[in-house]
Amino acid sequence: YPSRGHNNCIMTSKYNIITFLPVNLFEQFQEVANTYFLFLLILQLIPQISSLSWFTTIVPLVLVLSITAVKDATDDYFRHKSDNQVNNRQSQVLINGILQKEKWMNVRVGDIIKLENNQFVAADLLLLSSSEPHGLCYIETAELDGETNMKVRQSLSVTSELGDPNHLAQFDGEVVCEPPNNKLDRFCGTLYWRECKYGLSNQNMLLRGCVLRNTESCYGLVIFAGPDTKLMQNSGRTKFKRTSIDRLMNTLVLWIFGFLVCMGVILAIGNAVWEREVGFLFQSYLPWDPPVDNFLFSAFLSFWSYVIILNTVVPISLYVSVEVIRLCHSYFINWDRRMFCNRSSTPAEARSTTLNEELGQVEYIFSDKTGTLTQNIMTFNNSISAYDILALSQRAQPLDFSTWNPLADRDFCFYDASLLEAVKVGEPAVHEFFRVLSLCHTVMSEEKSEGELVYKAQSPDEGALVTAARNFGFVFRSRTPSTITTQELGKAVTYTLLAILDFNNIRKRMSVIVRTPEGRIRLYCKGADTVLFERLHSCSHDVMNITSDHLNEYAGDGLRTLALAYRDLSEEQWAEWAERYRGADKAIDCREDRLAAAYEEIEQDLMLLGATAIEDKLQEGVAETIAILSLANIKIWVLTGDKQETAVNIGYSCKMLTDDTTEVFIVNGHTVQSVREDLRLVCHPFICPQIQFHAINRMMESARTRDGGKEVETQWGGASPPTSVLESISGEFALVISGHSLAHALEADMEQEFLETACACRAVICCRVTPLQKAMVVELVKRHKNAVTLAIGDGANDVSMIKTAHIGVGISGQEGIQAVLASDYSFSQFRFLQRLLLVHGRWSYLRMCRFLCYFFYKNFAFTMVHFWFGFFCGFSAQTVYDQYFITLYNIVYTSLPVLAMGIFDQDVPEQRSLEYPKLYEPGQLNLLFNKREFFICIAQGIYTSVVLFFIPYGVLSQATQSNGVPLADYQTFAVTTATALVIVVSVQISLDTGYWTAINHFFVWGSVGAYFTILFTMHSSVLFNIFPKQFHFLGSSQNTLAQPVVWLTIALATVICIAPVLAFRFLKLDLKPQLSDTVRYTQLVQQKKWKPALGRLGRGGSRRSGYAFAHQEGFGELITSGKNMRLSSLALATFASRHSASWIDTLRKKKHNPHICMFSPCLRGFPPGSPVSSHSPQTCSQANWTCYTAPRCV
Amino acid sequence: MKSEGEFVNQPDNTAFTQQRLPAWQPMLSAGIVIPLFTLIGLAFIGIGVALFITSQNIKVQELDYTGTATSSPCFQCSGLSIQNCTCERNFSLSELFEGPVFFYYGLSNYYQNYRQYGVSKDDYQLSGDTTYFLKPQSYCSPYQYSNNKPIVPCGSIANSMFNDTFRLYLLVNGSRKQVPFDGKGIAWWTDYNIKYRNPSPVNGSFAAAFDGTTKPVNWQKSAYELDPTDQANNGFLNQDFLVWMRRAALPNFRKLYGRITGGDYSQGLPAGNYTLQISYNYPVLSFGGTKKVVFSNVSWMGGKNQFLGIAYLVIGSLCVVMAIVMLIVYAKYKFPDNDDA
Repeated sequence: YPSRGHNNCIMTSKYNIITFLPVNLFEQFQEVANTYFLFLLILQLIPQISSLSWFTTIVPLVLVLSITAVKDATDDYFRHKSDNQVNNRQSQVLINGILQKEKWMNVRVGDIIKLENNQFVAADLLLLSSSEPHGLCYIETAELDGETNMKVRQSLSVTSELGDPNHLAQFDGEVVCEPPNNKLDRFCGTLYWRECKYGLSNQNMLLRGCVLRNTESCYGLVIFAGPDTKLMQNSGRTKFKRTSIDRLMNTLVLWIFGFLVCMGVILAIGNAVWEREVGFLFQSYLPWDPPVDNFLFSAFLSFWSYVIILNTVVPISLYVSVEVIRLCHSYFINWDRRMFCNRSSTPAEARSTTLNEELGQVEYIFSDKTGTLTQNIMTFNNSISAYDILALSQRAQPLDFSTWNPLADRDFCFYDASLLEAVKVGEPAVHEFFRVLSLCHTVMSEEKSEGELVYKAQSPDEGALVTAARNFGFVFRSRTPSTITTQELGKAVTYTLLAILDFNNIRKRMSVIVRTPEGRIRLYCKGADTVLFERLHSCSHDVMNITSDHLNEYAGDGLRTLALAYRDLSEEQWAEWAERYRGADKAIDCREDRLAAAYEEIEQDLMLLGATAIEDKLQEGVAETIAILSLANIKIWVLTGDKQETAVNIGYSCKMLTDDTTEVFIVNGHTVQSVREDLRLVCHPFICPQIQFHAINRMMESARTRDGGKEVETQWGGASPPTSVLESISGEFALVISGHSLAHALEADMEQEFLETACACRAVICCRVTPLQKAMVVELVKRHKNAVTLAIGDGANDVSMIKTAHIGVGISGQEGIQAVLASDYSFSQFRFLQRLLLVHGRWSYLRMCRFLCYFFYKNFAFTMVHFWFGFFCGFSAQTVYDQYFITLYNIVYTSLPVLAMGIFDQDVPEQRSLEYPKLYEPGQLNLLFNKREFFICIAQGIYTSVVLFFIPYGVLSQATQSNGVPLADYQTFAVTTATALVIVVSVQISLDTGYWTAINHFFVWGSVGAYFTILFTMHSSVLFNIFPKQFHFLGSSQNTLAQPVVWLTIALATVICIAPVLAFRFLKLDLKPQLSDTVRYTQLVQQKKWKPALGRLGRGGSRRSGYAFAHQEGFGELITSGKNMRLSSLALATFASRHSASWIDTLRKKKHNPHICMFSPCLRGFPPGSPVSSHSPQTCSQANWTCYTAPRCV
Repeated sequence: MKSEGEFVNQPDNTAFTQQRLPAWQPMLSAGIVIPLFTLIGLAFIGIGVALFITSQNIKVQELDYTGTATSSPCFQCSGLSIQNCTCERNFSLSELFEGPVFFYYGLSNYYQNYRQYGVSKDDYQLSGDTTYFLKPQSYCSPYQYSNNKPIVPCGSIANSMFNDTFRLYLLVNGSRKQVPFDGKGIAWWTDYNIKYRNPSPVNGSFAAAFDGTTKPVNWQKSAYELDPTDQANNGFLNQDFLVWMRRAALPNFRKLYGRITGGDYSQGLPAGNYTLQISYNYPVLSFGGTKKVVFSNVSWMGGKNQFLGIAYLVIGSLCVVMAIVMLIVYAKYKFPDNDDA
């Protein structure tokens, strides 16, 4: 059989042993800096130009290249290892009709493989058959898209009949499908089999990375393998993120290049003049070199010679040092025990080692809600029965349910013993209360062995409620399409399920109608309090009032509340309604509207039973973290896919919104116009509270029309521009905007307005946003605010925003690992963010800035001496120092102390930076290293070089040794200047180092020691005797450094260089102390403790109603259709066929329609609502990816 | 409570990994900086005064003999074509020029520090390696070969060796009495003993070692006959040659020619009238240079050096002034106490 495609081997590594050297070198020389130094090296090989020996450049270059190469090699080794691990996983492949074990890498396109429960899917498969009825199988796509809920996949009905391997071996269909792509939720293709065409959709596909769940086994045909799979296509090259310091550094290096060229030109002109005026005449002693016949040519050569000499202003070791520092900072993050989560045993991880200092500059945080702020674990917190108010009692021992209820879930924690007592006593209302919880839901149960129940809930809320009922003795045990079996206080009861009135977002409630064993018909309903209270029977109004008060209380604590009610139905009522219900159900047009109307009809005159409160558990320390981060002037925006109420509730419970918040603006418009108006409404109180809204609106309108969208402030009588006004009065307002409004707000003409409004608010919550919108919001801020953004999230829906933001942080928590994989930093608790930013980020930024300042300074101080010397040596590119000194200066004498400072320096201890979040501000304002600071460093460097040249010049030109020998010879001058330089820069680093660990001491003293050791060694007779040509500085150091005059010169130069810096710093400390100085001062001098600047975090108590339904619509129908029941338990499900397969369509449409509209260009042009499942080859015009399939023959 | 192995991934709890290394955290407090400045200032002023006074006590006598001015005694020698010219300069000392007196020649506008000049020598030749006698290294170009014969010592530095010679006479009762220059030990010890080596004599003859080579173009004598009076002072170990080969860092420089230590002059040069006889060989006017001779004595800190003393005084005073300013600032804007927090 023809062309089989790829095998399933994946390769994420870049090199192998043979290709490593050439490929890695090629990549490294794509760096401009490295190429530049290679170019210098070539220049140095030209004898007429070479002003320095070749080794002055090659030694640092080789060092830099090899450090980078070692790092790349290590990275690649780990990639090889993980590739191998994945490639060698086992799978079962159908070969010649027999199942055989094969490694994943040997699986090929066209193979049929068997998957068993809880196995990873090895490649993108077309589901052929499954052990479950109707060819269904369940998968979990956590690794793929981060969603933990199960998804249903169904095979084509024709192939689902191929149950056993023998039949499958005969399968010889042909699949034509789209080329490999990265769209996880779309697939279109056609299966040609037995002269028939069958459309294939995503519903038939099992993608690599999914896990098979609740399905014994299934068979699939490999469609895409290895690099073609959607998982691999998605994990494409991540965009390389650069920090703002990186960009600044690149700019500065370019400027330095420019500076270098300028210096070269100046010196070349000098050379031309000199050669014409002096050199030409001086030829009697120094003839021009053969190629030089006039001063212009000499100047030309001199230019290049000076480019070589002055190249040390462009520091070759800068990039590699920065990398080393960042790497160490990353390790500090990895090693931090305070960012280690005991519960999940995961340390924090810096997955990207290039962004550390940007952590110290974050201004905007975009946070996901579920799983990030909250734990995504719902706990049944409290309940209020209508007749007996059960208040939350003292937090004592958790109740032990298992003693009286063998079916209790051990993980369930509840603290109020009185409720349990009420159940035991037999309070009927309480019993009814829990009965609702045990009956009215769409949870599926699985009883693996007697008493071991596992609930599969669509939403964690539901699971929590059913579990609560279970622990109070109302155990939901199993269900069939028409019955629900529970165990009420140890007694098995079977209810006949008459109807499920399913949940949807508009109804905000769900009901079941059951026939009790006694024969009564009852409707149980649960739903949002606001919705339910409208439908209560008049006699329960008193109860409602009491309940309402308590609901407010719970909502104030950030709990999600839900009201429960019931209604007794007579047989006639039921029969009458059932008729109408069936009619609505069968309706072809407006089925949903009619159903809703039917539901509405029956859900009336309800009797309130009580309410539940569910805690959407915040992660530990979220509120404190948010408070501290806001004090650090970081703006936090919550972007969530959740509903508005939930989002606002969480906003309150994590103290983003407080009662101090003057107003929460909710923008919830569906049209462009309404969104615009909403936004203006928000703007209005900011800009000018006195003026009538309409007047403002008109003014803005007119200004806008006149100035093309730009607001003109003169209209308001010379007030400052709107942005500053908006920002100056921020702090009291909050903005809540929903996804559909956001879609309009993000359009080009409104985004500026939206951004200004949002930035003026203290808190911004975007709810119901799609992953793409999350990324767009981040992009918007990134583009317009010129601020560093950080996105934090845990699910696959956050991946796009994590990738878009400057820094992406993944929470390694409940949902999958997609977010972590896409992130730059990952840890398991939101509260670690404060430590990451305020401690690690702040330090990294501080260290990096100090490092860069010093680095540029020392190179300028070092190099510019040559420039001044140029004026005294006929611009001949004569170096001041010995060439060995030039080689070693950057890599030995001065590299380690500054590296140690860049790695270990601390200005204030970590607990102080958490206590004073304001310490974070210099980073946001980019105060510590910017162009101004750079010029100050450069100026200081140049000043130092002037001193270092002219002081020895002034002293030595006249001085003699005490034996009369003049000191003005070149070698003495070189040694004096070099020694003075090393001492000056060492004193300077000592001043810059604020945190002297033993390592700093060792490096600083060691460097000075190394300088003198190497100096004396190089100038010793031993080395000279071995290499007489190389070490012609013989004896200079001994001769020079024995002279008191030389030491007096060095001392003088040092004091002149350092004293102004010292004085300036002292005066600055006195006159304009930074907060960090103050903190440090009190810390170090006074040793007196300051109270934390934080106010007490009080709990708000305003009324907010929340409700707890967070699950999908459509599962009620799934249950009653019986499609998801095992055949064994479906014996009496005769009506299963009644519903056709429409439920699965409903489900799919609900879930995937928005995505499909958004991501699939090939579906454009089709009217909305056209069935997604009916992909035909025409739909996907680019369908040219063909693979043939047949039983595998070896 | 929790067993050891429970947190396998937990990072080590060491001072290093947790960034809690014990550290000294100095701070620029007034208690350190102001006394430091005062101390440095006072120390510098002290050193400066000492240096200045020492320097004042050192005598220097400079005589320019370039001969640019027509009135100058060496004017007649300064012409380019004139050879073997001798001129005399008279000077008088009113008091004793305390010894030991050093005699220097000085050149200005002379670029010994030019890069190509500096490399124009053959280190192997100079360390006595005779294989390089016949094949000088190319650095020496254009003073590598002369008339197809290799030059020893080759290169620009050697070729441009200063070749004026001086004789000093003290006028005693109308007659001249020569003051001897001691030209020994004026080069660096390392240069004379390690760095430069003469070739081993061939068949007992030192000159034979130079067979097949020629002297530098500008030289009047070959390397092996530089000092006819002292056989040991020849070749590459000639003191004047060594002094010349140690090139100057700056275009205006002076080099040691000899000491006046011997006999009657061990106390120095007595007051009186002197005549300096110069055999004027070295042309400098062509490139606008000047030549001079310098008599100087030295102290513990070397020769006369006004600059260092003045610089120390100035910097020391500035430090003291700075300390006072800082004290005032400190008193006025006291560092914010924690009371106002």
